[in-house]
Amino acid sequence: MAEPKVKYDRQLRIWGDQGQAALEKSNICLLNCGPTGSETLKNLVLGGIGSITVVDGSKVEAGDLGNNFLVDQSSLGQSKAKCVCSFLQELNDAVKAKFVEEYPDTLIETNPSFFSQFTLVVATQLVESSMVKLDRICREANVILIFARSYGLTGFVRISLKEHTVIESKPEHFLDDLRLNNPWPELKSFAEGFDLNVQDPVAHKHIPYVVILVKLADEWAKSHGGSLPSTREEKKEFKDLLKAGMVAQDEDNYREAIESSFKVFAPRGISSELQQILNDSSVEVDSSSSDFWVLVAALKDFVTNEGGGEAPLEGSIPDMTSSTEQYVNLQNIYQAKAEADFLAIEQMVRNTLKKIGRDPNSIPTATIKSFCKNARKLKVCRYRPIENEFNSPNLPELQKYLTDEDYRLSPFIVNSSNLPELQNIAVGIYILLRAVDRFAANYNSFPGQFDSAMDEDIARLKSTTIGLLNDLGCNSAALPEDLINEMCRFGAAELHAVAALVGGIASQEVIKLITRQFVPISGTYIFNGIDHKSQILFL
Amino acid sequence: MADTSVPLQQPSRSRDLDKLLLRPGNLVGPTFEPGEQLSKDLDEYVRILVVGAGGLGCELLKDLALSGFRNLEVIDMDRIEVTNLNRQFLFRLEDVGKPKAEVAAKRVMERISGVDIVPHFCRIEDKNIEFYNEFAIIALGLDSIEARSYINTVACSFLEYDSDDNPREETIKPMVDGGTEGFKGHARVIMPGITPCFECTIWLFPPQVKFPLCTLAETPRTAAHCIEYAHLIKWDEVHRGVPFDPDNPKNMKWVYDEAVKRAELFGIPGVTYSFTQGVVKNIIPAIASTNAIISAACALETLKIATGCSKTLSNYLTYNGSEGLHTKVTEFERDKDCLVCGPGIRIELDPSITLQKFMDLLEEHPKLQLSKASVTHRGKNLYMQAPPVLEEMTRPNLSLSLFNLMGKLPKDIVHVNGMTSKNDQKTSCLRKLRVVFKGVDGVADMDTAGGA
Repeated sequence: MAEPKVKYDRQLRIWGDQGQAALEKSNICLLNCGPTGSETLKNLVLGGIGSITVVDGSKVEAGDLGNNFLVDQSSLGQSKAKCVCSFLQELNDAVKAKFVEEYPDTLIETNPSFFSQFTLVVATQLVESSMVKLDRICREANVILIFARSYGLTGFVRISLKEHTVIESKPEHFLDDLRLNNPWPELKSFAEGFDLNVQDPVAHKHIPYVVILVKLADEWAKSHGGSLPSTREEKKEFKDLLKAGMVAQDEDNYREAIESSFKVFAPRGISSELQQILNDSSVEVDSSSSDFWVLVAALKDFVTNEGGGEAPLEGSIPDMTSSTEQYVNLQNIYQAKAEADFLAIEQMVRNTLKKIGRDPNSIPTATIKSFCKNARKLKVCRYRPIENEFNSPNLPELQKYLTDEDYRLSPFIVNSSNLPELQNIAVGIYILLRAVDRFAANYNSFPGQFDSAMDEDIARLKSTTIGLLNDLGCNSAALPEDLINEMCRFGAAELHAVAALVGGIASQEVIKLITRQFVPISGTYIFNGIDHKSQILFL
Repeated sequence: MADTSVPLQQPSRSRDLDKLLLRPGNLVGPTFEPGEQLSKDLDEYVRILVVGAGGLGCELLKDLALSGFRNLEVIDMDRIEVTNLNRQFLFRLEDVGKPKAEVAAKRVMERISGVDIVPHFCRIEDKNIEFYNEFAIIALGLDSIEARSYINTVACSFLEYDSDDNPREETIKPMVDGGTEGFKGHARVIMPGITPCFECTIWLFPPQVKFPLCTLAETPRTAAHCIEYAHLIKWDEVHRGVPFDPDNPKNMKWVYDEAVKRAELFGIPGVTYSFTQGVVKNIIPAIASTNAIISAACALETLKIATGCSKTLSNYLTYNGSEGLHTKVTEFERDKDCLVCGPGIRIELDPSITLQKFMDLLEEHPKLQLSKASVTHRGKNLYMQAPPVLEEMTRPNLSLSLFNLMGKLPKDIVHVNGMTSKNDQKTSCLRKLRVVFKGVDGVADMDTAGGA
């Protein structure tokens, strides 16, 4: 066995030892191991997921050899779950791999408690009725559920669980927490120790831009009744003041100050997104609250009291032109404030835990530290039960998608047979993916599954779609005939490339959910393999 | 057992693909002709080259082999490393040290019967240009800008324009390109002469930011500064003349130790061995799922280009899964003056000019500045810098007239391979030149120009 640190090096650089440990602890169940399911698990097994259980009742047929890499000639006639499981084991001996030779639909019907042993269930290629039943089971048992489906050149991925909270959301672009427009006393006095008119040119060009901006913002506020630049003219004037402060053309610190001046103009205090989390009713914590909400309760307390409207300071600063000594000093000032904020929050967390009758030390210090560092970036994702979405989708959203210009097919491939009121292809795919399940429930096969009944199937799918749109409350809408015909052409085919793509997305979502890092998809992701104008629908 | 011998009632291997390739469709490409012949052509005649057998390449080989393609080749100069195993699913621990291309080809052939994959364990520059012309489509699974640029130039060199400067369809060599970093990636389709080539949109790949040497030497502030000081300055001071080898663990450890010393000296936190490796080797984080997604998008587009079975991606897809899921299709525009996919740089020459003099001109040409040139004309080597055997064979041509060497054609395309400097770095490049001989108007005037 290879040294895991080396083997997993390229992913540890993304989710770290903690993320990896979460993956290695998790227990994943896969329903149906066609190419979509097999590819999902392949990616997870390579990354060192803890254990997997493959559930599939079918035997390997010739057709499976043409779309699934995890079975081969020698698998013909054998249990598909067994063959896929043994190949997955070959990929990574650190993973515990099991299989159950049983049809998922049967298992959902006869043994619902089976699912409660898992951290997460990946349900692939399920029809609507099974999805609804499984969703109820997993919600009840607090098991994370991901649906993935490949259908011809289309597909979807949908996460389902009551609530997913993220501390380490790791956004790519996020404003540094520098408090240039709201400095605390120590930062203010550090800045005051600098003279912007210093004669020594070397000293002048090494003043960190943070200092330049704090001083200038302070001066501006003094002469403007306490307010900072807000209008376009004022912002320009502020930048001109910065330019005027330069003594030579090559002063990188002043160039950085001008480029970063927007950080002075940003509003003080917390974002509306964070405010929304603080206002959530879950902040009223009791003994059944999750650690996350206990932490948020403490955060709310901090923001309203010690923080003076601000979240705890993050404590890190970006690289900037400066002498080493001054940079390190500045860094220490930020770190000291972050540490003080953390200690305040920690105290509140311990008190809250005590108040709700839990062990005050039940949340580790490292978690509280990470929470403070990421307090401005918290995320809460909630998912509607799939049954609610299916029976009463968000109608205004649905109507919006139906008329959305951005996701329409390019005009040159849509011929005149289309009805103009509905050309958004992603929402069309969504409705058709539901219509084919309704079709299958009525006619015992998917539209176009057999060559012999194509014309009849097209007519039937069309009327099924109209019926579905009526049931959803979109009486006036209709789908482009081209798209309906394409759906029949696909005939429920599970193409390898589409399955690898949809399965790839599903595995990426599994990683985000298990590591509790990054942000999972929040709606229904519709894969459009026709022109790749895929879309997330919030229904 | 051939597919055709399977009784009709029994589902065949191509059960799912048949739906796409045998049935007529409505949202399809203009060339789509569904039917048995299409699958058969895909099976027998369409050759695809996969460039790179790493994270994307392994996936591409599998995806293409399961998308109806039977004739594949793969080229990669690398050997398997332990750090590949978290995503390059065709490799096992016992394969470490073996050539990637060979192991990847073998594994896919073992599992998918009837697929033929020819591995090439060499550099992409080692193959002559005609090698690349054998393929219907070139799929790129690369992690470097230089390698993409090279293949792009080769593929674009086959492109010919008619007298109205429209690309000749039969000379278009389609490319499908993918790239990933962490949870992000891109997939694109390049139809030289029709959609932008890699060079037209080179700005999409900004050059890597380097730290100023004075910061490293005088005012280090971050862990990366300390590491780069040890790597770029201290190493040379101590090991005069001995080049730093990033793959030698002893070398890496030395840089790490020096970086730690420097960080301690200046009170800078954050130097770890893993971070040192990351900075020195410019390691790009990579995971299985993203590679799978991007490769699958590329394989799907390859199938669409080869068959017309659906609309093709037009022309650049970006994928970002780090915050929810954002995908976007952008239709980039060609650069009409592109040196690589444009009609070529026109060079007017006197018919008496020798090959040597021509090569001197290339070095002086302001748009080219091309040194160490190797020159080919219609697949024939006029002069080659390497290997020595070829150099010796072609050396006598240097003193001959280019006009004669080019078969006394009044104008034609010449390919030149050589070195050019870009951002102070010498890079290999390939250029397409439209050579026109002055005073030679056409075939009718051949006699008057024949004196040289």
